[in-house]
Amino acid sequence: MLADKDRIFTNLYGLHDFGLEGALRRGNWDGTKAILEKGRDWIINEMKASGLRGRGGAGFSTGMKWSFMPKQSDGRPHYLVVNADESEPGTCKDREIMRNDPHTLIEGCLIASFAMGAHAAYIYIRGEYIFERKRLQAAIDQAYEARLIGKDNVHDYPFDLYLHHGAGAYICGEETALLESLEGKKGMPRLKPPFPANMGLYGCPTTVNNVESIAVAPTILRRGAAWFAAIGRPNNVGTKLFSLAGHVNTPCVVEEAMSIPFKELVEKHGGGIRGGWDNLLGIIPGGASCPVIPAEQCADLIMDFDGTRAVKSSFGTAGVLVMDKSTDIIKAIARISAFFKHESCGQCTPCREGTGWMWRVVNRMAEGRAQKREIDMLLEVTTQIEGHTICALGDAAAWPVQGLIRHYRHVIEERIDQYAANPHPDPVPVAAE
Amino acid sequence: MAKIIVDGTEVDVPAEFTLLQACEAAGVEIPRFCFHERLSIAGNCRMCLVEVKGGPPKPTASCAMAVKDLRPGPNGEPPVVLTKSPMVKKAREGVMEFLLINHPLDCPICDQGGECDLQDQAMAYGADTSRFAENKRAVEDKYIGPLVRTSMNRCIQCTRCVRFSTEVAGVADLGAIGRGEDMEITTYLEHAMRSELQGNVADLCPVGALTHKPYAFHARPWELIKTESIDVMDAVGSNIRIDTRGREVMRILPRMNEAVNEEWISDKTRYVWDGLKMQRLDRPYVRRDGRLVPATWSEAFAAIAARVKAAAPAKVGALIGDLASVEEVFALKALMDRLGSKNIDCRQDGAALDPASGRATYVFNPGIAGIEDADAILLVGTDPRHEASVLNARIRKRWRMGGLRVGVIGPQVDLTYSYEYLGAGPESLADLAGAGTFAETLRAAERPMVIVGQGALARPDGAAVLSLAAKVALAAGAVKEGWNGFAVLHTAAARVGALDVGAVPGEDGLDVAAMCAPGALDVAFLMGADEVDVAPGAFVVYLGTHGDRGAHRADVILPGAAYPEKSGLYVNTEGRVQFANRAAFPPGEAREDWAILRALSEVLKQTLPFDSLMALRALLVEAYPHLGHVDEALAADPAALSALAQKGGATDKAAFVSAVEDFYLTNPIARASAVMAECSALRLEAAAEAAE
Repeated sequence: MLADKDRIFTNLYGLHDFGLEGALRRGNWDGTKAILEKGRDWIINEMKASGLRGRGGAGFSTGMKWSFMPKQSDGRPHYLVVNADESEPGTCKDREIMRNDPHTLIEGCLIASFAMGAHAAYIYIRGEYIFERKRLQAAIDQAYEARLIGKDNVHDYPFDLYLHHGAGAYICGEETALLESLEGKKGMPRLKPPFPANMGLYGCPTTVNNVESIAVAPTILRRGAAWFAAIGRPNNVGTKLFSLAGHVNTPCVVEEAMSIPFKELVEKHGGGIRGGWDNLLGIIPGGASCPVIPAEQCADLIMDFDGTRAVKSSFGTAGVLVMDKSTDIIKAIARISAFFKHESCGQCTPCREGTGWMWRVVNRMAEGRAQKREIDMLLEVTTQIEGHTICALGDAAAWPVQGLIRHYRHVIEERIDQYAANPHPDPVPVAAE
Repeated sequence: MAKIIVDGTEVDVPAEFTLLQACEAAGVEIPRFCFHERLSIAGNCRMCLVEVKGGPPKPTASCAMAVKDLRPGPNGEPPVVLTKSPMVKKAREGVMEFLLINHPLDCPICDQGGECDLQDQAMAYGADTSRFAENKRAVEDKYIGPLVRTSMNRCIQCTRCVRFSTEVAGVADLGAIGRGEDMEITTYLEHAMRSELQGNVADLCPVGALTHKPYAFHARPWELIKTESIDVMDAVGSNIRIDTRGREVMRILPRMNEAVNEEWISDKTRYVWDGLKMQRLDRPYVRRDGRLVPATWSEAFAAIAARVKAAAPAKVGALIGDLASVEEVFALKALMDRLGSKNIDCRQDGAALDPASGRATYVFNPGIAGIEDADAILLVGTDPRHEASVLNARIRKRWRMGGLRVGVIGPQVDLTYSYEYLGAGPESLADLAGAGTFAETLRAAERPMVIVGQGALARPDGAAVLSLAAKVALAAGAVKEGWNGFAVLHTAAARVGALDVGAVPGEDGLDVAAMCAPGALDVAFLMGADEVDVAPGAFVVYLGTHGDRGAHRADVILPGAAYPEKSGLYVNTEGRVQFANRAAFPPGEAREDWAILRALSEVLKQTLPFDSLMALRALLVEAYPHLGHVDEALAADPAALSALAQKGGATDKAAFVSAVEDFYLTNPIARASAVMAECSALRLEAAAEAAE
């Protein structure tokens, strides 16, 4: 279990002042100038050495990502964009940072922008996060007032930070769709290449990072890469915000060490599964797009990138959805399918057409109104979507259904049998009079 | 250049090529829906997926991936692309299945049937059965104007139409609303599209979602005879294909010609064909007791012969309309010569263009494709959007590439690109010969272009304006080695050809205005000239196709052939000689114009020396050898421009107005078309609405 002294977010629950005064008391903005004075290369190398993997879901090395930005500007400005469009069902970690510990993020933005030669950074915040936006904006204003950031600031690095309010589309959490939306266009993912590091916001080199990745950077640089790398297990290091939701006794967001066993996480922080461990049906480990992990694989599950991959799921954003045996798993996945169908941008064919198809079939399966051969057909449809789309939303829509079929095929078959044994004929349509 | 291996064939292609282009270079066909050479890359249909060896274990969209973005093999081998692997086959089948699940089974009643990309590719790359057991999506049809019919159930959201209208046509009328499977193409408020190029979206649509409204349910593509021809609605000379069934023209489609129209045509070009069936003159008429009564050819000819015999040669004149082919003009001029008359004019609008000044003074010297090389353009007294829509699209294309500055003197209208407005009349043009920021822009430009429209020339001071424009062009360095940026933009398809054969008044001959004056002529021949008013008193012989203004004024009507009904040469505004083929036959007793002139000449005892169109053409080319260079625009000698600039003359203060008042109603065929009338009415309505 993570010791209190190793916590990065010390006001996660909003028990103290979120503002600048409280942040300074908690050690934010301490020696920021000294960090900047060590230079860009030192910062990037230290971030690489820390082993921090992006907290937005894909788990790409943050230091590596920063190093992709051109070392010298070719005349175009560089930009940092922070992805605060946290819309994945089951994930609510960035929200706590932004409303209760916003200065970790603001300081991180300054340092990360400095490391990439960016003089402006944009935070794209989810449309529904209205309170968080107010808090974050207040914190930014405080930082400007205290001359921590701004054109002429105490750090001698001209830097502007803008907060942009999204309009509530999940797809705008995809980095290139986010850039399009930020530019004022329709939030539709771009084709890659060119990658944002070459052609990002307004055609300029841009890095898009998750809130948590940026917010942990100042502390890593203050305490040293070695400290961060010592937490967790190799390749999966550091501390991580876990959100626990669903059928646990005390749902929460908690900062824990990476590679904590699932059982420990849920017993210590979640107050155990509702109705006891044996009542567990399965979990979705990292937000709605990750395939479900059945109960029997949860007992020894290590909560990190490699641990979840070993059971053919993924770590995602560590937004854990816990489902006990009262859950109708087919209905639950059907609801997730409905979400992705609703949020598909409609740009490319497999996702536009496929998400609706999957949703309709899974919905019928939830009732049992289907044929058993359709299970394999559905599986094939998911593989026709996966990997054939412009962005990862197609994959994200396909995986939950694949997880359902992989682990709960028997449940679907039982449901179909049940329905077949006790058919409810479709109501006979009667012509309107 | 970069090497790449496509299905085992190594090809050497430019590194910027996309994989799709590289595959085509290797002779491999890649299916596609959203990709189009002339539009931006959307990469959204996913039909062009290919497998890239050594890349990620998933297929790649070949339309969006450049050859230079591929990594070579470990030992520097060229990248390998597979288009026939099981992965690619599965990907294509998958995408095709997705496209078809919500596509209605409309094929038997769909106008696109027989020329549908989805149909063809479903046959080639799709699976044979459907696994989709749900209800298909239903989308409401949208109203997007009188020209393009929508059937939105069929839409596959390739967004070609949206990209065309925003990129090429330059109007933000079309767009997609909604997201996911609810995404719909619409004009938002369901108003008509406001573009002169909108018909092209129906050509671009790979399925039957957008089809041509006037052609709806009229014919199937396999029933049509396809004839390659040239358009005469404006002076661009767009290359077209005329589709006929029996003797009826069923539709007109664009033909590719990079030098002229790329692959776009204007709506007037495309939808004017219903005008070919209305108001046609299908037999000769002679005016008796103030009424036009049907007559035979010999009665009509006899009536003409009687009047010509009685008239002095100086009292006989000929006016040439805007749609005549070069051969007819040549034949008419020959006839007038034989009658001893020097009164002939092809400049209905009175434009001050004179072939004696040299060919460089009346053609679009830089060429239409030359617009893409220009870096500064001055438009004088022209509204190219309505005078030559396809040419305007070329200017917009150049403008989108960046670094083009456009200045306008004349009508201030929406040209679909931004420009500096420099003034309304000749005074502003005179300013440009001196200082001023745009004058400097022109001088600083490497390839400046000065486009002079008919609006600047068809006025009393036209000659002075033309001279002044030449002076401005020369001062800007628009005429130099390898570049002649002086361009005259015509609006009449017949004009350049007629000027080439010298169809202007000879010494002491009367020009248009003089011929129309009261008492000037005893006999006037109007060859399709409908834009003039011949004063009462003259005996008017109208040789034309439609019961339009000219026919109403006529004393004898000789029914001729419209442009799809005859073979002929046309010279476009660049001076490009193009050959139009005959696609149909003239109605009733109407005949081809050259044959009518030949027959008439015999009755007048001045028999013209040809018995066939070929003989006439041979005489024409013998007299004017450059007209034998079909599909070429021979460069004119720029020395003529210096002489022109020297001429000078006094200009007045009146503002330039565009030569085209109503884009949809510029000639007798368009005025007979119900579709054009509807478009025109809609445009007036929209203008009235905007004025409120």
